[in-house]
Amino acid sequence: MGGGITLNDFLVLSLIIFSLGLVTVLTRRNAIGILMGVELILNSANINYLAFAYYGGGKYDGQIFAIFVIMLAAAEAVIGLAVVLAIYQNFKTIDVDAAETLRG
Amino acid sequence: MLAQVIFYALAALTVGSAALVAFSRNIVYSTFALLGALMGVVGIYILLAADFVAMVQLLVYVGGILVLTIFAVMLTAGIADVKVSNRTVGTGPAIVVAGVAAIVMLYAVMRTQWHQAAAFTPAPTTYAIGNAFLGDYVLPFEVASLVLLAALIGAIVISSHEVRE
Repeated sequence: MGGGITLNDFLVLSLIIFSLGLVTVLTRRNAIGILMGVELILNSANINYLAFAYYGGGKYDGQIFAIFVIMLAAAEAVIGLAVVLAIYQNFKTIDVDAAETLRG
Repeated sequence: MLAQVIFYALAALTVGSAALVAFSRNIVYSTFALLGALMGVVGIYILLAADFVAMVQLLVYVGGILVLTIFAVMLTAGIADVKVSNRTVGTGPAIVVAGVAAIVMLYAVMRTQWHQAAAFTPAPTTYAIGNAFLGDYVLPFEVASLVLLAALIGAIVISSHEVRE
């Protein structure tokens, strides 16, 4: 990429997105908000995969891993949102602090 | 130079949207900000010469996961009430934890001498990825379809009324 963008630029970008996703996961009490934070974290990991694939000489293994991560993220979102809807039907809220039936 | 301008524009879009996801007081704004973050990441992928992955990201994330999330947000009541819809707790400690993690990772990124191969001319990747999926990666590919089938059935079972009654 002759434009002067280095591998470190992409790694730092992915690091910032990861940190924002971590803050989202830690602070949200809304279950859907937590799932959105997880999506951000998975996207930051994917940026790393593709950056290393690009700067490692254009092999395809990193891209294939990224596709698997996207696939698993889709499965995770489907299951996660189904669980959230089930929680909502039982507790009438999706505040994760409200679902404390299992707390001893 | 042009690539640099494009990179920083995409990075600003992505980071700004992600910050809005993290700090917005309204869950609906957070959801729509996620659209900006995911589109920015699509641009980053194209910049990294990963055309196929970028299109998969566009179809699966923006076309699938995001629409699903919007549906879930709209289906759960109390959206209008910010206190209920997007309450945050412990913002201070969370920012400290994420900041420490970020500083440690930044140190690791800056200290490491990454191996970098010589520059190459980007070419369409679809052919090679298709070959890899039906060659070296055929077992993970098939297991992935099993995972998706299990997720499909599991989601239907979890969210249906009749089964739980």
